[in-house]
Amino acid sequence: MTEPAIGRLETHLRARRDGGRKLLVPYVTGGITPLWTELLRAMVAAGADAIEVGIPFSDPVMDGPTIQEASLRALERGTTPATILADLRAVAADVDVPLVAMPYFNLVFRAGPERFAAEAVAAGISGVIIPDVPLEELGEWEPAATAAGLETVLLASPITLDDRLAELCQRSQGFVYGVNLMGVTGERAAVGEQAGALARRLKRVTDKPVIMGFGVSSADHARAVAAEADGVAVGSAIMRRVLDGAPVEATAMFVAELRAALDAG
Amino acid sequence: MSDPGPADLGPADLGPVDPVAVMGEPDASGRFGRFGGRFIPETLVAACGELDTAFRGAWADAGFRAELDGLLRDYVGRPSPVTECHRLSEAIGVRVLLKREDLNHTGSHKINNVLGQALLTRRMGKQRVVAETGAGQHGVASATAAALLGLDCVVYMGEVDMERQALNVFRMRLLGAEVRPASSGTRTLKDAINEAMRDWVATVESTHYLLGSVMGPHPYPWLVRELQRVIGDEARAQCRALLGGADPDVVVACVGGGSNAAGIFSGFADLPTVDLVGAEPAGGAAVGRGVPGVVHGSKSFLMQDEFGQVREAESISAGLDYPGVGPEHAHLADTGRVRYEAVTDEEVLDAFVALSRTEGIIPALEPAHALALVLRERAALAGRTVLLNMSGRGDKDVAQVSDILGPDAGASRRLHQ
Repeated sequence: MTEPAIGRLETHLRARRDGGRKLLVPYVTGGITPLWTELLRAMVAAGADAIEVGIPFSDPVMDGPTIQEASLRALERGTTPATILADLRAVAADVDVPLVAMPYFNLVFRAGPERFAAEAVAAGISGVIIPDVPLEELGEWEPAATAAGLETVLLASPITLDDRLAELCQRSQGFVYGVNLMGVTGERAAVGEQAGALARRLKRVTDKPVIMGFGVSSADHARAVAAEADGVAVGSAIMRRVLDGAPVEATAMFVAELRAALDAG
Repeated sequence: MSDPGPADLGPADLGPVDPVAVMGEPDASGRFGRFGGRFIPETLVAACGELDTAFRGAWADAGFRAELDGLLRDYVGRPSPVTECHRLSEAIGVRVLLKREDLNHTGSHKINNVLGQALLTRRMGKQRVVAETGAGQHGVASATAAALLGLDCVVYMGEVDMERQALNVFRMRLLGAEVRPASSGTRTLKDAINEAMRDWVATVESTHYLLGSVMGPHPYPWLVRELQRVIGDEARAQCRALLGGADPDVVVACVGGGSNAAGIFSGFADLPTVDLVGAEPAGGAAVGRGVPGVVHGSKSFLMQDEFGQVREAESISAGLDYPGVGPEHAHLADTGRVRYEAVTDEEVLDAFVALSRTEGIIPALEPAHALALVLRERAALAGRTVLLNMSGRGDKDVAQVSDILGPDAGASRRLHQ
């Protein structure tokens, strides 16, 4: 198997990591508020190295209550994949970090993988994470992504066996997304023991950026999890603030706290 | 009528089996034609593989089969009889036979699958099961099997359904299960499945997801159909005994997720002279009104909007209130082996009353869909023999139907010519 050329997402994250920086990848549910792209820009200004953009789905089985609620609220506002991509096109020129879309597979399948990939690229998206497409089903999506020049980020779980972990790291593009714990997204009092163990296993088998997510709820969590990996993804802790009505500046301040904690190491 | 006893129902009576006949094994990726597959988070991949291995081992293990057969006989009461409907047949000019899954312990076909999976749970060394339920039939069956085998059981049920089926919530609790409300989304069956999957992602190392229909990621659609195949295997032999060696002309069953239909169809799918017909609720007709989609782990027909958001199903029957359908049904529709038709709630109520008044059998609203289709098509079916899967009894639905029909209890709903 020939390695595909390294794309923009991976190039960008590698450069920042190799420059000695811990990576911060905040998440926002597309369409959650009318000003959601303002939040996106503010998170970039607060020190994000890439942004995950959730494409809301009616049945998000990998998400806990916060992102379920955010998805529902976005859908009730009339959000569709098309409105999210249109909003992103409007700000793409001002956003200097890569964007990673997170749909569930049915949204991709319904649009048609080729069309979804082409429209995502046109909206300035670099990578895609599809949580319900494991290695076995990658053939449903990867050819379209490769043809469009999109990087497909794969998730690794604490119980993924070693052989599979190696294959997964080889196939993953952009970065490898390590799932910190057994369970769905959402804030936790503690991230738990499995995060560090998985991060160390991933770092042993890949030099692609390793970003750990799920359950990262505070600056302390972020620092601790990133210590064993190349960075962290933070979703529910941000979206809970948005759902609680926090202004963009306040949410961005939380992202800045995460940044500061990562920089302090 | 000379029903054969259990001893006459072995595979020897089923004629030669063509291994590549329809309703065989899915391919290595878990696909039936273009449907099926395993669209699940990475965390669940190992568990689905483990389940596949465990089921293959168990299904080939005479000891496992004997234990399951013993439970089906002594605990469930199998074989369930086939009942000829003399008065109904005369009234509509179609010979109607009922496969009486309504007479099973817990009142429906759901127990067949549940006992098999509960034994598998034990075989895999797991002590806890989670299940989803809509009307409560699968939840009650799961709680029953968990009580029987001493497993911990958590049942997820939509908040809306918990209110509609309060008595079944009590039954599950009485049986020792914990019932947890699914309070997200539409708060019905599909959300109960979402919650069960979320639980499973967190607990997969110690917990088996006891899925109630022929849906979900591979191997579930195949595994559940195999556990329900007993319906079709028994019925085939029973019909031959009853019909002087002949097969029914038509086999009809209701289809929500599609487990009772898959079970009975699998006994007849290799007989080209037997027409197979599935009755879907008009408000949840995934085959009739759906387009291909992916939810809850597999690709199938799905009621959804133009962007891929899953639509809410709406049916008088909570057990069929599901916007998707098992992937093998989608494939059987694709190949034309099974014809799927939608029936309305009004037709279902007519059928519910008709069977009660002509045969003294109060059907569940789900199999009343199958009878509604027979009644609608009775002119075309005149003179033919129809086997209908009476998948459950109507006790659970009497309160709901009483609210709709009022004190005349359907006396004004006559079978019209």
